[in-house]
Amino acid sequence: MPAKVAGAGASSSSAPLSVPAPRPPVIAGTLYRGREGMWSWVLHRITGVAIYFFLLVHILDTALVRVSPEAYNIVIGAYKTPIMGLGELALVGAILFHALNGLRIILVDFWSVGTRHQRALFWTVLGVWAAMMIAFTPRHLIAVFGG
Amino acid sequence: MTTIDAPRTSAARTRRGVNLEKWGWMYMRASGVVLVVLIFGHLFVNLVAGEGVKQIDFAFVAGKLSDPFWQVYDTLLLWLALIHGANGMRTLVNDYVTKPRVRSALLFALGASTVVLLILGTLVIYTFDPCPVGADPELVASFCSSL
Repeated sequence: MPAKVAGAGASSSSAPLSVPAPRPPVIAGTLYRGREGMWSWVLHRITGVAIYFFLLVHILDTALVRVSPEAYNIVIGAYKTPIMGLGELALVGAILFHALNGLRIILVDFWSVGTRHQRALFWTVLGVWAAMMIAFTPRHLIAVFGG
Repeated sequence: MTTIDAPRTSAARTRRGVNLEKWGWMYMRASGVVLVVLIFGHLFVNLVAGEGVKQIDFAFVAGKLSDPFWQVYDTLLLWLALIHGANGMRTLVNDYVTKPRVRSALLFALGASTVVLLILGTLVIYTFDPCPVGADPELVASFCSSL
């Protein structure tokens, strides 16, 4: 942001008050649109909605333990099929991103230099996410497909 | 002569009392940090440790929910996650739903479903019987046979 506002309203009355010109109507420069800041925000919303709707279903399917062992086992059996197994991989990927990027948001909000490093933090989030997915994916796929 | 407020002059307070939006914002960050720990633990115990997703059945859940530690753990998970998710969805509804009546209807549905699922989930955790009378012994936890 241009900082042509120093002393406004406070200091000498001789110098005319300088107000920054309106921002030119182009998407560039200091705007974060199209860059890491925007994509982390977009991904945070999309993963958040996906996790929310899974949570609704997951509370209901777990509530079946109160109905009968048979009812619970039939429904939880669906989670062990190949297609749902791949869905769980996507779900875990969404949860890990939302969790790590949530910690990034907290750092941007509360860490004194968090905003300055928000881009590096985003790439750190992606790096840690990739490492955790590399660890989780074979383990889960063996459980789903290996029997 | 027109005077301009110095930059970052705080706006005049037009409302008194508790700032609910601020506490909602704080809740997202506070619950988020706790949820990272709780959900990573939940995913590890259910999907990584032991036999992964294939181990989950009625007896597995009964073994967990008959332990006060997991009762408290799952209660925290339920309340923190569902309120975090519902508040996030409230943010999206406020951002994207411009028709006032549709927005009100969606916020009402969001609040109602959250209350119902919190009550349902909590009742399931604390009224759960790991060894239901007359249940197939093959489907319940091994400790049921010694009762």
